[in-house]
Formats: sequence, C-alpha cells, structure tokens
Amino acid sequence: MQLFPCPFCGPRDETEFHYGGEAGNVRPDGTDVPIDRWANYLYMRGNPKGTTREIWVHMNCSEFFVMERDTVTHKVLSSTALSGEHAA
Amino acid sequence: MTRRYSALSLFREGLAGQTGWKQAWRSPEPKPSYDAIVIGGGGHGLATAYYLAKNHGIARVAVLEKGWIGGGNTGRNTTVVRSNYYYPESVELYGLAHRLYEGLSKDLNYNVMLSQRGMVNLCHSSAEMEVGARTVNAMQINGIDAELFSPDDVRRVAPIYNFAPDARFPVFGGIWQGRAGTARHDAVAWGYARAASRLGVDIIQNCEITDFIVEGGRCRGVQTTRGMIRADRIGMAVAGHSSVLAAKAGFRLPINSYALQACVSEPVKPILDTVVLSPGTGVYVSQSDKGEIVIGGGLDRIPSYAQRGNLPTLETVIAGLLEMFPIFGQLKLMRQWAGIVDVVPDSSPIIGESPLPGLFLNCGWGTGGFKAIPAGGTLLAQLLATGKHNDISRPFDLDRFATGRLIDEAAGSGIAH
Ligand SMILES: Cc1cc2nc3c(=O)[nH]c(=O)nc-3n(C[C@H](O)[C@H](O)[C@H](O)COP(=O)(O)OP(=O)(O)OC[C@H]3O[C@@H](n4cnc5c(N)ncnc54)[C@H](O)[C@@H]3O)c2cc1C
Ligand SMILES: [Zn+2]
Repeated sequence: MQLFPCPFCGPRDETEFHYGGEAGNVRPDGTDVPIDRWANYLYMRGNPKGTTREIWVHMNCSEFFVMERDTVTHKVLSSTALSGEHAA
Repeated sequence: MTRRYSALSLFREGLAGQTGWKQAWRSPEPKPSYDAIVIGGGGHGLATAYYLAKNHGIARVAVLEKGWIGGGNTGRNTTVVRSNYYYPESVELYGLAHRLYEGLSKDLNYNVMLSQRGMVNLCHSSAEMEVGARTVNAMQINGIDAELFSPDDVRRVAPIYNFAPDARFPVFGGIWQGRAGTARHDAVAWGYARAASRLGVDIIQNCEITDFIVEGGRCRGVQTTRGMIRADRIGMAVAGHSSVLAAKAGFRLPINSYALQACVSEPVKPILDTVVLSPGTGVYVSQSDKGEIVIGGGLDRIPSYAQRGNLPTLETVIAGLLEMFPIFGQLKLMRQWAGIVDVVPDSSPIIGESPLPGLFLNCGWGTGGFKAIPAGGTLLAQLLATGKHNDISRPFDLDRFATGRLIDEAAGSGIAH
C-alpha cells in the first residue's frame, strides 16, 4: 500500500485517488482545429518511463492536483494544487 | 542443425539418458545488416520473424531482444486463448489467430500444449444475460463458435462455483466458447524461436535498441547495445515499451503503460477443467496442467513501468476469486508477478506503418495479446515483406485515431481495462 500526498488533505491511501491523465494536454480551441491536432489531444500520449507530470483527483475531497511521479520506482516527487500552470 | 522432435527421438533420448539434445535455436553474433529487423523477442516478434521466412521467403532477418526471449508479457500471461470478440474486424483478427493456434504444434514441430478446455464468461443478472445473448448472436453471425449457457450448463462445467442462494454474484447463465482454452506460453515463444532459427533467422538476445538510424526521412536501422545494425524494414513488437521506442523515433502513440498482475496457487489435484471469467468480480481463473490455480484480474490503477504490480489490486482480485470459489480459500499463493501492458483507448491493437517510414508497429495488445500471437506475426510479416496491409490488419492501422474509426472492444475483450 502506497501513500499519495493530496495537497489539501495530506498523505492518504493510494486507493482514494484516481488518475486523470498527463498534465499539459490542453484542449484545442476554436472551430478549425486540424484533425491531427484533435487526434493528438484526444489520444496521443508521452507515456514516459521515468519522471512524469500527471493530473490526479483525490476522490474524498474531490480536488484535482498535479503530481510528479516516477513511473518506474513509483516515487512521488511533488504534489501541487491545480492552477493555470499545468497548461504550460 | 536443430533436430526434429518425434516419438522416435524421445525414445532414443530416453535410452541415451537425455544427453543428445541440441540447442533449440542458434545464438549468432549480430551481422551489420539484414533484410528485416524485428525489435522484441516476445511471441509477436518471434512469430513475425518465423512468418517472414516461411510465408515470404525472407530469412535474412534478426530478432533483437533486450533481455531474454519470452521474458516480457509472453512469459508472464495467464495463457488464455480465445476468439469471443464482438466486432467483425476483431473476429477476423482473433479468429485467424485461433485457427493458426489449432495447427501450431504441428506447424512448428513443437508442442505448445494448446488445451481447448472451453471458457465461460458468466452473467450475474438478467440484464447481463441479455447482453450475453447479444454477444453470442454476434459471434455466431460472424462464424465463431458460441453458445448461451443456462445456470445448469454453468454448473456442469464449473460445479465448484459458489451457487449458494446468498452468493453475492449469482449465476444467471454465461457465454460459452468451447474452442477456447489455454496454451503453454513459454512454449509458444520457444517453438517460434526454434522454427524461425531453423529457417535461418538470427535470434539475438541481450541486445537493446537504444536509437533509430534515420536517413532521408526513412528508418534505415537501429543502434543497439551490441552495435549498429542496418535494415530498410524494421518491425517493432515491444508491448509495454512501445512509447519508449516511439519517443526515440520521434512520434507519440495512443498508449498508456500499466502493470497487469497475475498469481498462482500451490498445485492441487484437478478441480477446475475450464476457464471461468466473471465480469462481476473482474477475475478469471483456470487450472494449469501442473495443478496450480492460475488467477488473473483487472489492470492496476496507476500508469506504471514497474514490473511488479501493487497490493490493492491483488487484494481485489483475491477477494473476487473467493466470492466465486469459496473452496479456494484454503489454497496458498505460490507466486505473484506483473507485466507491463500497452493500453489503447479502444482496447484494440495497432498494426501498421509508423509515422517514421520503414518502421512498422505491432503493439497495443494490452491485456489480451497472447491469444493473438500467430495473427500478429502473420500480419506484421506481411507488412514488412510487402509494405502493404492485409485486409485483416487494415482496420487496425494507427490512422484510425485520426479518422475516428475506432474498434471499441472494451467489453468484448472480457476484462475491464
Ligand atoms: C499478467 C498478464 C496476464 C495476461 N493474460 C493474457 C491471457 O490470458 N491471454 C492473452 O491473450 N493475453 C494475456 N496477456 C497479454 C499478453 O501477454 C500480451 O499481450 C502479449 O504477450 C504481448 O506479446 P508481445 O510479443 O507483443 O510482447 P512481449 O512478450 O512483452 O515482448 C516484447 C519484448 O520486447 C522487448 N523489448 C522492449 N524494449 C526493447 C528494446 N528497447 N530493445 C529490444 N527489445 C525490447 C522486451 O524485453 C520483451 O521481451 C496477459 C498479460 C499479462 C501481463
Ligand atoms: Zn484531498
């Protein structure tokens, strides 16, 4: 059992959290978005082996946040409240 | 030269104290160039090399494997072979694989221990029964053997299931495929390796691809931990590591890597002679020829490249198993392990040319590609040999994510993912 840090509630059981996708995957804006851009947004992923930035939700408090994690060691590197910065 | 296996060769070796067996496949040094390179020595990669030589007469082929052959998911799965899918495209694909599996031991001169003991997907409510009937109809229309089971039919094939009146997952019936079953997973890898090696294919282990050679916008070879190797046609079948290699080749894939776990109990006398899957508990189970109870379940919850799996998912699987078969509560678990699987949004594989010309993909099999190995190999071999799709592989091209023609087999593929 691993503990994940919710920026609002502190360390909690991993089963309380839900994965919400890679951070920085921004929905395309406007009416003439090329098909490839849509496909990229909807489906294509970096899926890195190693450090990754991800959106998670803590289901108990319903807050979304950004967690930096290593996908090989499962070590959590940081956990920050979601703000406009994830769009970068 | 490898020797043909036969009753006579077994008998002779028995008399000679089993001292005359030769290596099943050669382990040559890598050559500087080949007609085709296959990255990944799992079932799909080895089958691709075999069919390149057998079906297309292209034998100057190397299979490059970073570890040992069959050390990836092919040696880590729960060995279920079936073709109970819903959409016609999937039926063509898995149907081809299933038919090839039925002749595989003979074709390879290697016993892959295909055991067609049948498989039942349980229905736990009248609503699930209606979906079950729809699936059986679809399978029958598509020419796949299927039967709608009553509770009594289920009781006949799996009498030790929990049929108690207060059972949490009561049985309303099930979807039965009689030709489904299991095969020995290592034997599939070893059988293809031996047969490919006999036809001249070089199988090179401990050889990791670290980069691609790109010239004139085309893939012309690979950098490996054992030097540079060139070829104008390169196929890649690296399962959970597809995104890692795609990044080196300069593109992204619609894939998330997750751990998928399995476990086996201590061996016991024969008690379960079919494969049982319950969508309610998210667990499927069969008994191996050695007597172990082989237990599989859903994906881990967290994107991961850690080949070990996590505890909460294992607990869910075991809890589900004991709802289905309370009698298993006395068993000891012997081993637990995980493989890294490549999960695609529509739960269907990706077969086709990659955005880097000359580099072809066979990936995205997720939790269910063992059963597909003969078809995945046949189709990638054809792509490498001719540069063109077979009608069966066409719908599985990467372009479906831009055109929107997804083949959403999430339900048909059985286990939640
Ligand atoms: C626990 C579990 C249970 C499963 N149960 C079933 C089941 O019952 N039925 C079913 O049909 N399917 C099942 N599957 C899925 C099935 O095992 C896989 O879909 C299938 O084995 C994929 O085969 P492959 O040849 O593509 O991949 P693999 O067998 O994983 O082979 C890929 C190979 O590529 C190598 N590789 C990776 N990167 C590199 C590199 N850079 N250079 C060189 N080599 C590299 C790896 O070392 C590996 O050996 C299960 C999977 C798991 C993990
Ligand atoms: Zn919280």
